[in-house]
Amino acid sequence: MLRLIARRLGYMLLTLWLVSIVAFIVIQLPPGDYAEAYVAERAQSGARMSEEEIQELRSHLGIDRPWYQQYFSWFSGVLRGDFGWSYEWRRPVADVIGERLPLTLALAFFTLLFMYAVSLPIGIYSAVRQYSVTDHVFSLFGYIGLATPNFLIALVLMYLGQQYWGQSVGGLFSPEFQDAPWSWARFVDLLAHLWIPVVVLGTAGTANLIRSMRALLLDELGKMYVVAARAAGLSPLRLLIKYPVRMALNPIVSTLGWRLTFVISGAPIVGVVMALPDTGPLFLHALLNQDMPLAGAMVFIYCALTIIGTFVSDMLLVLLDPRIKMS
Amino acid sequence: MSADAPALPASGPIRRPDAATQWQLMWWRFRRHHMALIGLSVLGLLLLISVFAEFIAPYAPATRNTRYLAGPPMGLHIIAADGSVHAPFVHARANRRDPVTLRLLSVVDETRQWPIELFVRGDTYRMWGLFETNLHLFGAHGGFVHLFGTDNLGRDLFSRTMYATRVSLSVGLIGVAAAFVLGAIIGGIAGYFGGAIDVFVMRLIEFIRSIPTLPLWLSLSAALPRDWTSLQIYVAVTFLLALIGWTHLARTVRGKLLALREEDFVVAARLAGCTDARLIGRHLLPAFLSYLIVDLTISFPEILLAETSLSFLGLGLREPIESWGVLLYAGQNIRSLAHLPWLLIPGLFVIVAALAFNFVGDGMRDAADPYAK
Repeated sequence: MLRLIARRLGYMLLTLWLVSIVAFIVIQLPPGDYAEAYVAERAQSGARMSEEEIQELRSHLGIDRPWYQQYFSWFSGVLRGDFGWSYEWRRPVADVIGERLPLTLALAFFTLLFMYAVSLPIGIYSAVRQYSVTDHVFSLFGYIGLATPNFLIALVLMYLGQQYWGQSVGGLFSPEFQDAPWSWARFVDLLAHLWIPVVVLGTAGTANLIRSMRALLLDELGKMYVVAARAAGLSPLRLLIKYPVRMALNPIVSTLGWRLTFVISGAPIVGVVMALPDTGPLFLHALLNQDMPLAGAMVFIYCALTIIGTFVSDMLLVLLDPRIKMS
Repeated sequence: MSADAPALPASGPIRRPDAATQWQLMWWRFRRHHMALIGLSVLGLLLLISVFAEFIAPYAPATRNTRYLAGPPMGLHIIAADGSVHAPFVHARANRRDPVTLRLLSVVDETRQWPIELFVRGDTYRMWGLFETNLHLFGAHGGFVHLFGTDNLGRDLFSRTMYATRVSLSVGLIGVAAAFVLGAIIGGIAGYFGGAIDVFVMRLIEFIRSIPTLPLWLSLSAALPRDWTSLQIYVAVTFLLALIGWTHLARTVRGKLLALREEDFVVAARLAGCTDARLIGRHLLPAFLSYLIVDLTISFPEILLAETSLSFLGLGLREPIESWGVLLYAGQNIRSLAHLPWLLIPGLFVIVAALAFNFVGDGMRDAADPYAK
């Protein structure tokens, strides 16, 4: 058991390290560096910089050193929670992200909760009542949910909100709570706004989960042990919950990491469209303005979140399925 | 799974399941999947649109109609205001100045009709870059027709959507093809040789699949040089999509190869002195080609949606090359959306295309599985 955890933990750290390389490559990718951009900006306002000044700026920023030295200074900073300096915001990257990350985390958490809470009962129902009208309706919903990009759902919801409810659906707070300190009322206000991005972000994943839950449970329902248990006179509901559902749940839990990847992957675009005060608009803005330290840090954090999530889902699976502990 | 022939519909010409090829059997099974057939015809229609986009579109994508700026979609009618029935027509539009703002307004004039005519002369274009012509499938006699409305500049959304269909589908097709080549080669190497190479490739795939793709795609395409032409961007974005999309295919190829490697017929072929290349090309590839096609169909909507999302955020394709996502970019602003909701119509095409591919993929998966009941 301990060895299993240690192995998974080691694997997680290795992946995190690989991801840090990817994030660093992202930072280095755009042609030109910040010094050039800065010089161009100064030149526009009429202040010319001499070659020495540019060189000094480069060495001050540390971008004249070879890439591996830059990588190590960047990575050791990351380990200490220092992600560098955002050119765009003129503040440390960690501060800029830190303000907005909790909302992204809350969004991802509630979306996952929503996905599982909605899809598991529907999936079970669809499998038990296979080919019923309700099953077909849910299947249709599932197909459409899978085929619709979530920004489109967001746009349609926002349009409807604007048109019929006369309120802006974007954002996460009502105007009076926008800058208010945290209080119970503000938290309730947040929840009242949060459900829309949660639904938008969770639709595709929910559709996907319903399909897999239905298929897995159908497989289980056809097996002999179900027939045997039914023949032994177990009540249908008790039988369903106690055996086939529990068996079908295994692959569902083990893919929690993927689902999280999926949610995190979709979060920035929903954040941008609905103008949420989370990391999405921050990330896009950084990319469009080539503020790469911020963008790279965001890539690293998004990846790290999914990797840690995968680790947690692995551990959950161990709790759920004792057979894994044995092997 | 009994030994007798699968139950096939009795309609149509006489079928002999014992003499049918593998592909025929698959087609018969596929035809029982109604949604898949519908999906297939929708895809055919989209393909037709993308091949003949210039001809189907009544206007060139950049043509501006200054008499109908930000105009809503014009409906086709067959019943006139006086109750008489006509061939399809659109109501005429008249221009009037707003007395307060002095803005040019377009108002519907229900008493006059602009009949729809087929094969009309309009904007000149080069068909497939080969010959110049000005023939269009349809147009309105005496006026203009904008089935999907126009944007703020007065460009016809219907025409632009037709052109965008070509771009979006081609990005998907080229992207899937490139992903296929990458996946087949890498997965093939892993599955065929096994051992340390296999372990390495599988770890690599696991790693790529464990990181969120959209942020990575976004940052990679944001790094493309700003001074590139839109055509260069188009090629680059397509290959970026393929670069991350190959993992799924590689996994299928590897899994099937590993399973097939142990089959008797492979051992027999090897004993008979087959070379590696012949063994792969002649015996192994046909055995799992159907699975590959299924996977290709399923990965298509993934790439299509990714391209749409990238372009929608302004980090994918950009004008003058127009895809569905590029058209949706104009609807990003909620204020413009409140006044011009028809800018979301290209989104319907995205949904329909993705749905069609999903249905066809499902039908093919059932058809390709020889163990299906």
